Amino acid sequence: MSNAQVEIQLIASVTAAACALPGVFLVLRRMAMMSDAISHAILLGIVLAFFATHDLSSIFLVIAAVLTGLLTVALVEALNKTRLLREDASIGLVFPFLFSIGVILISRYAGGVHLDTDAVLLGELAFAPFNRLEILGNDIGPISLYVMLGALLLNIIYIALFYKELKISTFDTGLAASLGISPAIIHYSHMGLVSVTAVTAFDAVGSILVVALMIAPAATAYLLTDRLIVMIFLSAFIAIVSAIGGYWAAHFLDASIAGSMATMTGVSFLLAFFFAPNRGMVAIARRHHRQRFEFAGRMLTVHLLQHEGEPDESYESGIEHLQSGHFQWEPHFASGVVKFGQKHGWYNEDSGILKLTEKGKTLAGKAVTGE
Amino acid sequence: MTENVIEVTDLTVAYRENPVLWDIDFTVPKGVLLAIVGPNGAGKTTLLKTILGLVKSAAGNVLIFGKPYSEVRRRVGYVPQRGSVDWDFPTTVLDVVMMGSYGKLGWVRRPGRKEKEQAINALGRVGMEKYSDRQINQLSGGQQQRVFLARALIQDAEIYFMDEPFQGVDATTERAIIKILKELRSEGKTVVVVHHDLQTVPEYFDWVTLLNVRRIASGPVEDVFTEENLRLAYGGKVAFLTQHSAGETGNGAEIETTDNTKSDIK
Repeated sequence: MSNAQVEIQLIASVTAAACALPGVFLVLRRMAMMSDAISHAILLGIVLAFFATHDLSSIFLVIAAVLTGLLTVALVEALNKTRLLREDASIGLVFPFLFSIGVILISRYAGGVHLDTDAVLLGELAFAPFNRLEILGNDIGPISLYVMLGALLLNIIYIALFYKELKISTFDTGLAASLGISPAIIHYSHMGLVSVTAVTAFDAVGSILVVALMIAPAATAYLLTDRLIVMIFLSAFIAIVSAIGGYWAAHFLDASIAGSMATMTGVSFLLAFFFAPNRGMVAIARRHHRQRFEFAGRMLTVHLLQHEGEPDESYESGIEHLQSGHFQWEPHFASGVVKFGQKHGWYNEDSGILKLTEKGKTLAGKAVTGE
Repeated sequence: MTENVIEVTDLTVAYRENPVLWDIDFTVPKGVLLAIVGPNGAGKTTLLKTILGLVKSAAGNVLIFGKPYSEVRRRVGYVPQRGSVDWDFPTTVLDVVMMGSYGKLGWVRRPGRKEKEQAINALGRVGMEKYSDRQINQLSGGQQQRVFLARALIQDAEIYFMDEPFQGVDATTERAIIKILKELRSEGKTVVVVHHDLQTVPEYFDWVTLLNVRRIASGPVEDVFTEENLRLAYGGKVAFLTQHSAGETGNGAEIETTDNTKSDIK
């Protein structure tokens, strides 16, 4: 690997982790779409600050972006409060409005600079190593690596300090407010942090893919754990793996790095969606399948108990009966249920007739009395 | 005369120009177990939230221990409606109970061993000690409510406000909750409960406030919980239960009114 390749992967990893951390609370607070809104609307702040300073690396760009991010949140909430619109419509109105002003300003007045629409939307990670940070004449690495490390550190400090406040105001707003832990302070500081992270990640991945890095790792982790602290670490881990995987996918496909990274976050979500141990689709389907057999098996024990020792036992308790007789089960299902019950020791087969075991009798008795 | 720990005067809360609570006056003496009852949309939850400063009032004054709520937060415990939170939140029973200590801890400070012990004790009091490591989405409604109660217990408050703690819980939980509420009362604490089941009012509570946007009546159960007052509160459609037959059936005395169907302001 060349030096530039290592640097790009480092920047990608740090960016992904920095985005994933505030993303956890976006997902838990059901505000995923707010990251979309903020990451677009901050363009206006960036453009305005750029016009004022004519410097793309000015700290004022970050400040202006945070202010526009918070403005977006405030405008959405103000529209919401009128109760004339729902939240999704408010978001859908506010951010395209601010974003489009930004687009007009860029196309009208900033045609010549690096700040073009493509870069804004998609970013360009491959160019990141060209801007170097020099201290006392020594090259200590690409600027964007340090910028993203700063954003990551800020997110870590924020979550470490206000972990308890984030948790309670996300889980139970009413109790938080009654205890004097203002949910509004947490809300706006979190939104401010989402804005900072979005603006710093902008250069690397652009405004659309920032959303993927914020939401997908957190949503993936949510499927894999039921502990908040684990969810936070897991999100960062998934983000980093997706970033590196995305880099190499881009390398071999000769495609956009940012695009591949975002695709990888989607792939990891899909994997979790299907294969997560408890909440994945496969686990759910298996559980349902099992429950179906379990229920049918119990039903069968009740039926066997009913006819035990009766004159019609040989007919009613015959395996044949389950298919062609009264039960009308599919042959495949019937034999599955018979096997399931035998495996659990509920009944035994004796020349085509099912006999309840003691265990099966107890089970049938319980099923009838509803215990 | 006992000391009044809650004093509400001329309290009006409005949603735009529609009053949700209209000029409410009432006082709560120390050490009572109070039920706030009234039909759907009477403003019971809103009253609780306004007292706790969660909803802004259009006019009026609320004093707790003679002071505004913000000065006495730590002496007040709150149990919101069970349905108001996200039970899929990734956390454990013990962690939720420990949230009751966050107010005393203040910003940034984390709960430690002491808070953990308190939480385990509180879980024991509500009969949930075995569930402390359980993920909260695996709890039944009654268990959720007991977790909320345990969380309130570790707040170690002097006044408790509880919003519908008996809503949709099983009989075991209902007995467990009322036992603890009575214990709190005997410790000299004041408990204010938004309540739905009229039949159990005389059995469970010693003080009652009847509410229907306006305050209909407030005082000791034996004075205030009369058929006439209930008729006033529930709009004359009360097919009530002769008084004091309460407690025999235990549930199902939810009274339906046709003229007042808007739901409580959340």
